[in-house]
Amino acid sequence: MESRKLLKSGEFLVSSTDAADIFIPEEFSEEQKMIAQTCRDFLEAEVMPAMTDLEKCDRELMKAILKKSGELGLMGISIPEEYGGFGQDFITQMLVAETTGAGASFSVAFMAHCGIGTLPIMYYGNEDQRRRYVTKLASGELLGAYCLTEPGAGSDANAGKTGAKLSDDGKHYIVNGQKMWITNAGFADTLVVFAKIDNDRVLSAFIIESAYPGVVIGPDEHKMGIKGSSTAQIYFNDVKVPVENLLGKRGEGFRIALSILHMGRIKLGANVLGAAKEAINDSVKYANERKQFGVLISSFGAIKNKLAEQVIRLYASESAVYRVSRDIDDLMNRYKSECGDKGRAAIDAISHYAVEAAILKVAGSEMLDFVVDEAVQIHGGMGYSAEMDVERAYRDSRINRIFEGTNEINRLLVSDTAMKRAMKGDFELFGEAEKLYAGLESLTDGKANGETYHSENKRYLANFKKLILICLHGSLKKFEKGLAHEQEVMNNIANMMMETYLSESLALRIGKLETLRGEVPVYRDILNVNIWETSYLLRKEAMDAACAFASPEQLPLLARAAGELTRVNFVNAKDARRRIADKLIEDNIYKF
Amino acid sequence: MNIVVCISNVPDTTTRIKFAEGSSAIDTAGIQWVINPWDELSLTRALELRDDPSSGVKKVTVAHAGPASSEPTIRKALAIGADDAIRVNCTPSDAYYTASQLAAAIGKEGFDIVICGIESSDFNGSAVGGMISEFLGIPSVSSVSGISMENGMPVITREIDGGRESVKVTLPFVAIVQKGIAKEPRIASMRGIMAARTKAVRLYEPVDADCLTEIAGFEKPAPRAACKYVDPDDPGKLIELLQNEAKVI
Repeated sequence: MESRKLLKSGEFLVSSTDAADIFIPEEFSEEQKMIAQTCRDFLEAEVMPAMTDLEKCDRELMKAILKKSGELGLMGISIPEEYGGFGQDFITQMLVAETTGAGASFSVAFMAHCGIGTLPIMYYGNEDQRRRYVTKLASGELLGAYCLTEPGAGSDANAGKTGAKLSDDGKHYIVNGQKMWITNAGFADTLVVFAKIDNDRVLSAFIIESAYPGVVIGPDEHKMGIKGSSTAQIYFNDVKVPVENLLGKRGEGFRIALSILHMGRIKLGANVLGAAKEAINDSVKYANERKQFGVLISSFGAIKNKLAEQVIRLYASESAVYRVSRDIDDLMNRYKSECGDKGRAAIDAISHYAVEAAILKVAGSEMLDFVVDEAVQIHGGMGYSAEMDVERAYRDSRINRIFEGTNEINRLLVSDTAMKRAMKGDFELFGEAEKLYAGLESLTDGKANGETYHSENKRYLANFKKLILICLHGSLKKFEKGLAHEQEVMNNIANMMMETYLSESLALRIGKLETLRGEVPVYRDILNVNIWETSYLLRKEAMDAACAFASPEQLPLLARAAGELTRVNFVNAKDARRRIADKLIEDNIYKF
Repeated sequence: MNIVVCISNVPDTTTRIKFAEGSSAIDTAGIQWVINPWDELSLTRALELRDDPSSGVKKVTVAHAGPASSEPTIRKALAIGADDAIRVNCTPSDAYYTASQLAAAIGKEGFDIVICGIESSDFNGSAVGGMISEFLGIPSVSSVSGISMENGMPVITREIDGGRESVKVTLPFVAIVQKGIAKEPRIASMRGIMAARTKAVRLYEPVDADCLTEIAGFEKPAPRAACKYVDPDDPGKLIELLQNEAKVI
C-alpha cells in the first residue's frame, strides 16, 4: 500500500508536496508506452487517412472507425476485466485520452463513447445493467451517448424539463422531452438520459436504447469545429423505458451528472495535450521549412518566442495532468479496498478531485486555444487556408472552453469548491488565511541564505499560496456569504489557484526529473519562465481582487504584500525561450 | 510449421540523426526505438499465415540480436502477436556479426521458415538475411514480395523487372522480404499487449564471431541549396543559370 502523503482536493493551497511523491510522464512503464503507441498507430492507420471524409460528418464512417477502435480494445481501457475491459489504472486512462486527443473529431466521438456514454453505467449501474450494456460498450458492439443538455438547461442542468412517468402497470417509465448538443447522437445505440420522475425537483438517470419506439434523432448540427463528430438533438416521444433501466436510485441523476462531469473535465485536461502536441509539431515543421528574407522563419526570435511559449504552457499542463492522475489512482485503490465496488470507487475518487478537475479543464482548454492560435500565426497566410491541419485544429479547439461545463462555470468551481471542502473540514484554510491577513504589515518574501535552486522555487510557490489565502480572507471578510455572487473576485482567486497549481506541478516534475536523469538546463528554462510569468499574473489577479474588497487604507499594505510574495529572481526570458525553441527546432518535433 | 522472424531495433524513422564520437557513431540520446519497418511487415505476414488454419503454420517466433535495452521492441512484437521470442544478448556491430549470432540461436530452435527484412532502416546493409542462410546451410530467396502456402509448401512471389516471378522452394529456407509482403503493419491490440507480459523471451549468450567491418565515419548530405525562381517571361535567365551556375547544359 502507498505510504506517500495523499492530499485532499484543494489541499495543495495549504500544503507542500515532495517531488518524489508525484508521478511524472517520464515514468510511464513500457506497457503504458506500448498502449499509447497503439493509439498513435490507430490514428495514423485509420483516422488520419479518413479525416477529409470524416469532416463531412459521415456518420457511418465515424461509426465504422469507432468500431475498429473497439476491436483493438481501446474502448475497454477504463472498464474492469470482469465487464469485458482491461482494467487499466487512471494514469493509463489519461495517457490514452491524451494520445487520442490528436485525432480531432474522432477523439471527441471516442472520448464521448468511452467516457460519458459508457462510464455512468459502469459507475452507477447495477450488476444486470453492467452485464447487459457495459460489456458491449467496452468492446464497441454498442456505441453510447450522454443526454443531459436541453434547450433551457445548459449550465443549469437541473432545470431540464424532460419528464418520466411510471406506467399504470409499473413496468415502464414513459419518457417525454428533448435533448440537444448530443455527441454521437447519429449512431449511438445506448443513451444515458436525465429526466425528472413525476414532479420530482431533482433529476433521475435512465438507460434508453435508441431503438426504443419514440426515440427520434435530429439532423446533425452545423458546427464551427469538430465537424466530423455527430452532434444532434434527440426527441423522446412517449418512450417506454423498462423500470429496470433506471440508473442509480430515483433522484440520483443530478449527482450522477455532476460526477460524470468531473470525470469528463479531468479527461478533457489530458485530451487537449494530444491536440496541442500535434499543433506544435505542425508549427515547428512549417517554421523549419518556410523561408522568408532568405532564411528559415524558425530562425527569427519572434517565431522562437511563440514556439517556446507553446512548449512551456503544454509542459506545465501535462505536469499537472499526471500529478493529479496519480492522486486519483491512489484514492481509487483506497476506496476499492474499503467498498469493494470498482465502479463506485473509481467515480468517488475522480469526483473527490473536483477542484483539480476544474483546474485541468480550464487551464488545458485555454492552453490549447493559445497553442492552436499561435500555430495558425506561425503558418501566416497558409494557416488561414482550409488545406492546412492547423486551420482545422484552430476551429476544433474552441469547443473545449464550452463543453464539459463552460470555463466560466469551472472557474467558479475552482475557488468555490476549495472553500466548501475547507469548510467541510477536509483541510485547515481559514485560520491560516486569517493569520496571514493579520500579519500583512510584517510579511516578507522569506528569502534565506543557502537556498538551492529547488528550495528557492519551493519558497516562491509557498509565497504564491500565501497571497491566495490573503485574497480569500480579504474577500470573505468583505463580501461574507455574498462572495459567491462576486464572480469576478471568485475568478481572480481561481486564476491564482490555477496558475499556482500548474507552476507547482511543473516545479515538482523538474525536481523529480533531475533526480532521475540529472540536470538538463532546458527544463530549468521552462520552469524559470513559467515561475516568472506566474509571479506577474498572480500579482495582477491579487490586486484586481484587492481593489474590489479592500479599503483605500488597506490597499497599500496589500500591494506591498503582493510585491513581497511574488518577488522572484530575474529571468532573461528572451534567452530562455530561445533555448527552449532551439531544442524544438533541432528535434523538429515535440520531444520534451 | 514454425516461422522465425528476425527483427531489428532501429530509430524511429522520423528521428533526426545526430552523430557522436567524432562522427563515427550515432548519438542515441533521446531516440525512440521501433521495429525495423521491413521486419514489422514480415511479422505481419507471418502472423497472417499462422492465423490461417489452412497454412499449416503453428507458431511464429521473433529473433533479435541486441542488448537488454531492446526488450521493449521485442515486447512490441509479442504484443502484435508473435508467440514467443529469442534474444541474443550482444551489441551488434556489423552484418556478419549479427547474422552469426542470429544463425547460431535460430539453429538451436526448431524452424521451417526464417523471414528477414531485406534491409534495416538504420544501416541499410541488406546483408544479414543472405548470411543467415549461408550460416544455416539452407537456401534463401531474396526480394520476396509474397509468401503463401499451398499443400504445406511455400510459394514465393518476387517482383522483378517488368513482371512478377513465382518460386517454389523446399523447407527450410530463408525469405528475404520487401515491403510489399504485407499491406500495413499490424497494430498491437490491448489483448495482445496484456498477453505479451507472459510470453517467453529465451535468452542466448553470443557465440564467438568476428566483426569484419568498421565504420570510419558518417556524414550528412549537403543541405539543399536555396531554390531560385525565374520569371516565366524570362527564359533566357533560366538558360543562363542552367549553363553557368548549375552547369547541366
